[in-house]
Amino acid sequence: MDSIKKIISRYKKDRTRLLDILKEAQAAEGKISDQAIEAVAAALQISRAEVEGVISFYHFFSDRPTGKYVIYLNNSVTSGMAGREKVARALEKEANCRFGQTSPDGLITLFETSCIGMNDQEPAAIINGVIFTSLNEEKVKKIAGQMRKNIDVQEMIEEYGDGANRHDLVRAMVKNHIRKEGPVIFGDYQTGLGLNQALKLAPEGVINEIKKANLMGRGGAGFPTGLKWELCRKEKSSEHYVVCNADEGEPGTFKDRVLLTERPEMVFEGMVIAGYAVGAKLGILYLRHEYTYLKRYLKYILENMRQNGFLGKKIAGQNFDFEIEIKSGAGAYVCGEESALIESAEGKRGDPRDRPPFPVQNGYLGSPTTVNNVETLATATQIFTHGSAWFRAMGTSVSAGTKLLSVSGDCDRPGIYEVEWGLTLKELLSLVGAEETLAVQVGGASGQCLSEAGFGRKLCYSDLATGGSVIIFNKTRDIFSIVRNFLDFFIEESCGWCTPCRAGNVLIKNKFEKIASGLGTASDLAEIEAWGKLIKATSRCGLGQTSPNPVLTTLTNFREIYEKKINKEADFRSEFDLARSVEQACQVTGRKFEEEREDA
Amino acid sequence: MPEKLKFSIDGREGLADQGMTIYEAARVIGVYIPVLCHYEGLKPVGSCRICSILVNGRWLASCTQPLSEGMVIENNTPQVIEYRRAIIEMLLAEGNHFCPACEKSGNCELQALAYRYGIMVPRFPYQFPQRQIEAYPGFLLDHNRCVQCQRCVRAIQTEDGQKIFAMKNRSKDVRVNVDRKLAAKLSPDQIQKAMDICPVGAILKKEVGFLRPIGQRKYDRQPIGSEIEGKK
Repeated sequence: MDSIKKIISRYKKDRTRLLDILKEAQAAEGKISDQAIEAVAAALQISRAEVEGVISFYHFFSDRPTGKYVIYLNNSVTSGMAGREKVARALEKEANCRFGQTSPDGLITLFETSCIGMNDQEPAAIINGVIFTSLNEEKVKKIAGQMRKNIDVQEMIEEYGDGANRHDLVRAMVKNHIRKEGPVIFGDYQTGLGLNQALKLAPEGVINEIKKANLMGRGGAGFPTGLKWELCRKEKSSEHYVVCNADEGEPGTFKDRVLLTERPEMVFEGMVIAGYAVGAKLGILYLRHEYTYLKRYLKYILENMRQNGFLGKKIAGQNFDFEIEIKSGAGAYVCGEESALIESAEGKRGDPRDRPPFPVQNGYLGSPTTVNNVETLATATQIFTHGSAWFRAMGTSVSAGTKLLSVSGDCDRPGIYEVEWGLTLKELLSLVGAEETLAVQVGGASGQCLSEAGFGRKLCYSDLATGGSVIIFNKTRDIFSIVRNFLDFFIEESCGWCTPCRAGNVLIKNKFEKIASGLGTASDLAEIEAWGKLIKATSRCGLGQTSPNPVLTTLTNFREIYEKKINKEADFRSEFDLARSVEQACQVTGRKFEEEREDA
Repeated sequence: MPEKLKFSIDGREGLADQGMTIYEAARVIGVYIPVLCHYEGLKPVGSCRICSILVNGRWLASCTQPLSEGMVIENNTPQVIEYRRAIIEMLLAEGNHFCPACEKSGNCELQALAYRYGIMVPRFPYQFPQRQIEAYPGFLLDHNRCVQCQRCVRAIQTEDGQKIFAMKNRSKDVRVNVDRKLAAKLSPDQIQKAMDICPVGAILKKEVGFLRPIGQRKYDRQPIGSEIEGKK
């Protein structure tokens, strides 16, 4: 209990630090105990019920005891393609327990988790905060053996990845997989050059330059960055904030992981420039929990920048002060939505807010806040390093510059590609070495599943706008299992606030399973489509508004697969399944349904 | 900018104060937009989505969306009614709502909305979820009937703003979570307020029931929304 009190006082009883406090409490005790909840509630003067509400919202909190080693195995679709099932069974065998349980000896706890940003090196898992990639049965056996010998997780890593993954403060086996270096993110860069150029201008001039460059948000929504900064700046308030959204949770995206590993200065510099433009003194890097392994390194980079005068008081010798602090999530996809992210950064449940008011009007702690994607901020830095005209010359007339793509799935060279906007999918497929491609999922689970007919489409804001997740499926893959994975993902990650997303996604999934099991009729296809449109139209935030996309886009682009599955003649209630209805009875009596049928 | 904003709903024109939501503006001209999560005097949260309307082809929640000048709003059009009805049906299928056995029958807003929109049976399969009934000093919380509207969360708090009711879990498992210690201190009046503010029969005061017979209750005589439509 003493340690809990110490943790709370270290965070100065700051409500906005609730997630950090809970995280440390969990690390100290292996769970968030009843006493810890009581102590935290009393210190922060909030009710127990509210603390419990926060704990239960985030995936990586547990109020139940966990083992010495807590394993979170990624359940993304790419992980499944890379042999996740075998790894999962091996883990269960070694731990002698199922997922969601702790081994009888209290050594290992197994959990599933949504995409952890390692799609290019699956199956991957997080064990006590340490990332393990490219797992197989053999490796599982070895790791479990080491656990029985009480070896520290960090010591289990045999070989570090490339670049800063090898840094003393990272020591991760993660590989960068940078396959194509483009001129912006991976082009010439020297810390401070861009910032110096920006500080020569008035804040309005900085915004103007970003507008001239026609920079649009790189997270997926594509909102014009200059306009966002301008709106934020115009709001009268004593405080303004810059938030860097490093909560990349869209299945299949991992570009921000690589950016924060290899170009953190460029990102932070972009935050300083944004701060100068909007009139902020504080920037927050909201780092997804899965990337906690980068936190110490990022803090070290920040300290370096401070030493060199790019951060802190009187930046670059000018009358401008700016600080950056790092806040971490605790596992919730919805926190990638900017208003949910702000709620989470304030130490609350990550429920999205109603908009308007938008974060630029009413953001962090009620003050005007610009929330920008990691890549957007890094790109902004380079726009000042090299000039807006240089930037504008790349890409297409509408979509200027380059885009980082996170490519995974069935191809020879999964990884990061920095390409100019305007590349067609076909060109991309040949670049990454994809053959016999059946489908390409562009933009993650919330994006679109395209068939060959769409491979001529261009990656740009006026055609295929994307945050950069590209998952490739070859002709051996089953569309239904892809859709199933994504639907489960949305059911898991919905915050549950609004009816269509909370209740509707479950109904869609059930209907989908009916169709997938061959019991659907033509009216089921019509209904699932209608329900999907309803959820998209009436949901409260971007999550719900895109959650039916896996079904809707495959219904459009792979309609024949659905048509084949349905019973075209049926004009009765076809969902009754005799075999399933007597399943329990069969288990009790030890009979097999099929045999009975033959005998009769 | 003009002090009053011009708008129209289904062809009916009106003026309303700046800063009003679409729901509030509609009330001013006697147009009823159905709400379930919204309650007068509480900060709207836009959770039930029953008040969804169409403006320029865009769906908006009228309880949270501020009115703006010249808005042309679709409220009682076939498409809006269709979606609204579907959301009510979703709620009916999601929980366990057995009206004949419920103390709130006749005073229940979900039931009243279902009647108003002529719902005989939901188009969605009943989920029959397994949910708990919890007992607290002075009241019961029946999760079978809860629609996650958060009215109790917003309305019933301690004097220093601590939440006695708070949301727990997420997605399909999201529930109202009661702070036992704080709930024990609720006065009978506060409990009555909690029960009255609950749009369904999820919060029930103990030791009283059926004080007003079925047949003489709020929505037994006239459909929900009549009080607004009668005001013109």
